[in-house]
Amino acid sequence: MSGSNPPLTLADLPRVLVARVSHVEADCVICERLRELGFCPGTEVRFERQAPFNGPMIVQLRGYRLSLRPSEARRVFITPLGGSLLP
Amino acid sequence: MNAPPTDSLEPEPGKKIHLALVGSPNSGKTTLFNALTGLSAKTGNYPGVTVDRRRGLMKHPVGDHDVLISDLPGSYSLHAISEDEAVTSKVLKGELDGGKPDGIVFVADATTLQRSLPMLADILRQGIPTLLVLTMVDELKARGGDLDLFKLQGELGIPLVGVVGNKGLGIDDLRVRLSDPKSWTTACAVPEPNTEARFAWADTLLAKVERHPVSASTLTQRIDAVLLHPVAGLVVFLLFIATFFQAIFTWAAPAMDLFSGWMDLMADYVSANLPASMLTDILADGIIRGVGAVVVFVPQIALLFGLIFLFEASGYMARAAFVVDRVMGWAGLEGRCFISLLSSYACAVPGIMATRSIPSPRDRLATILVAPFATCSARLPVYALLISAFLPNTKVLGPFTVQGLTLMGLYLLGGFSAILFAALFKRGLLKGASLPFYLELPPYRFPSLTSVMLQVWRRLKVFLKDAGSVILAGSVVIWFLLNFPKADIPEGMAEGPAHQVQIEQSYAADLGRAMEPVFAPLGFDWKINIGLVGSFAARELMVSTLAEVYAYDPNAKIDPLTGEADEEFVGLRQILTTPDPKTGVAPMDFPTAIALLLYFVYALLCLSTVAVIKRETGGWKWPLFMIAYMGVLAWVAGFVGYRLAGGG
Repeated sequence: MSGSNPPLTLADLPRVLVARVSHVEADCVICERLRELGFCPGTEVRFERQAPFNGPMIVQLRGYRLSLRPSEARRVFITPLGGSLLP
Repeated sequence: MNAPPTDSLEPEPGKKIHLALVGSPNSGKTTLFNALTGLSAKTGNYPGVTVDRRRGLMKHPVGDHDVLISDLPGSYSLHAISEDEAVTSKVLKGELDGGKPDGIVFVADATTLQRSLPMLADILRQGIPTLLVLTMVDELKARGGDLDLFKLQGELGIPLVGVVGNKGLGIDDLRVRLSDPKSWTTACAVPEPNTEARFAWADTLLAKVERHPVSASTLTQRIDAVLLHPVAGLVVFLLFIATFFQAIFTWAAPAMDLFSGWMDLMADYVSANLPASMLTDILADGIIRGVGAVVVFVPQIALLFGLIFLFEASGYMARAAFVVDRVMGWAGLEGRCFISLLSSYACAVPGIMATRSIPSPRDRLATILVAPFATCSARLPVYALLISAFLPNTKVLGPFTVQGLTLMGLYLLGGFSAILFAALFKRGLLKGASLPFYLELPPYRFPSLTSVMLQVWRRLKVFLKDAGSVILAGSVVIWFLLNFPKADIPEGMAEGPAHQVQIEQSYAADLGRAMEPVFAPLGFDWKINIGLVGSFAARELMVSTLAEVYAYDPNAKIDPLTGEADEEFVGLRQILTTPDPKTGVAPMDFPTAIALLLYFVYALLCLSTVAVIKRETGGWKWPLFMIAYMGVLAWVAGFVGYRLAGGG
């Protein structure tokens, strides 16, 4: 990565491990549902595991575990927290 | 299948109190509903078990009012994105019969309040008296969580009751509160109707009342480390189901032989002790032998239901959906489609109903189009009979035998075919982007022995009800077709040969022979063809037909003095493979059995399934399409299997 980094999304969580939600994409059916599942600004998200071949991942948030596909994860923007593997 | 009669449940104004159970998926609404009403509706530990409204009267009502309780599908919000979620908003708006409820019972899992409490804010805006029930308070404590419930009630302003639904704790207290929704206090403050404000409200509230946060379930983490592992998880799963299918042959076979012996004795007893008449014959040969041939499979079917319930109740369903998601993604489907398919392994009817939780109409239709490939319990009698008759009981791998592995192979073949055809449909007929997929993973929970027995019995009842209706009627019809018109039986001819002479010139024989041009390439003779006709009503009728056709062992040596067979009981499976002494030909050969097994993997043969498909897709177009494509596929698979097995 060089210059301006693209904003991180939940799909990058496997590299970041722990992050806070900054925002969810504005308007789409699933985006409102993602907010209702608890992806609100400031919510802490923790990576748990990902199925091989870029399969779905399991994340922990708000005291529960959710499985979602990378295509959905890309709609949630995050800021990494301490313990991150990124420089 | 699970819809209760609704006529008697209509609330009469002023007499009945109508309450609705609302909450997130998998918060324990149905368990609570069962505890309150004494009913045994289907429960499970995965989101989306309940897909329709279910109503029941509260047991032991307090005061002089009856309390009618509606159990509703779980929902993450009142903005529904699938058909099951829409039920909740409709009920709260009073759009369904029964009108607006007099009170809402908001059910929340005490261990996931951070996620479930925000929805309560939406509910409080409805202007209907609301009571909060916290379920699984025992699990909250066990996982180190501590909430000041008294303070939470004070902060919220509405009444709150903590319960353990599956153990009945707190239920009596709850009953008293439910009997009088007018006395429920109203909420103190309700946040703005936007998602972020609702979550902020819930967070503030919880911060005030949480003495100690609940920790993650360590047991769940340990089990998931194995079961969600890409390699180990698959190996453990395959070993587990292989053991299960082996168990069907080894553990359940003795029970089945015993039952089957009893049925035969009973039929013989009826023939010998009731006055000879047509009614006696119908009772002995049509009903006892025909229905009995199916009922003997109760032990196997109970084992199968037990296994599926274990998957559903433990929390494994959501894991299985996670593990196979890449494959489902390739097919253009999502995890909920997989859960519907897995449910179809018990019976396609509830499996197809379960598709109501799939948000995308295309995905939902694709799942319905392939759901009947999942090996439902009605196929088990056919598979078990043919496999035990035609495949060797030799050990291959450790404790696993050819029979057990063949049965497992047929189950897997059904599943693979379902996914393959779903992929074809999604690439052609139902092309379009998949709606997104998310699924909550609940912690593992282990059902009590009583709940396992209750749920297995709930499903066995459906099976026995079918046996007592569709299969009974079908067996009697088949008996008439086999026994009319009456043949001229030579004087003194033994029972077995006389039966053969009779059926050879019956209406059934005419009908079966007329079908021979179509099914002869699969090795099916007219007797099997009659079974195929019966199978359109219910698959089990194949077994009933064979039991009636071969009601008398043609090879049994009859003692001319006593008129009794000098042999030990011979089961249907032995009769099918024993060659006729005159012609040297057995009733069925190996290639034909293989063709018949493959035919049953693919063919859509079940009136209830056709009816539910028509209802869920809103017309005859899709059920007719399915009968056609699955019929062609079944024929081709049967033909290929027949040839490969050396027939023709």
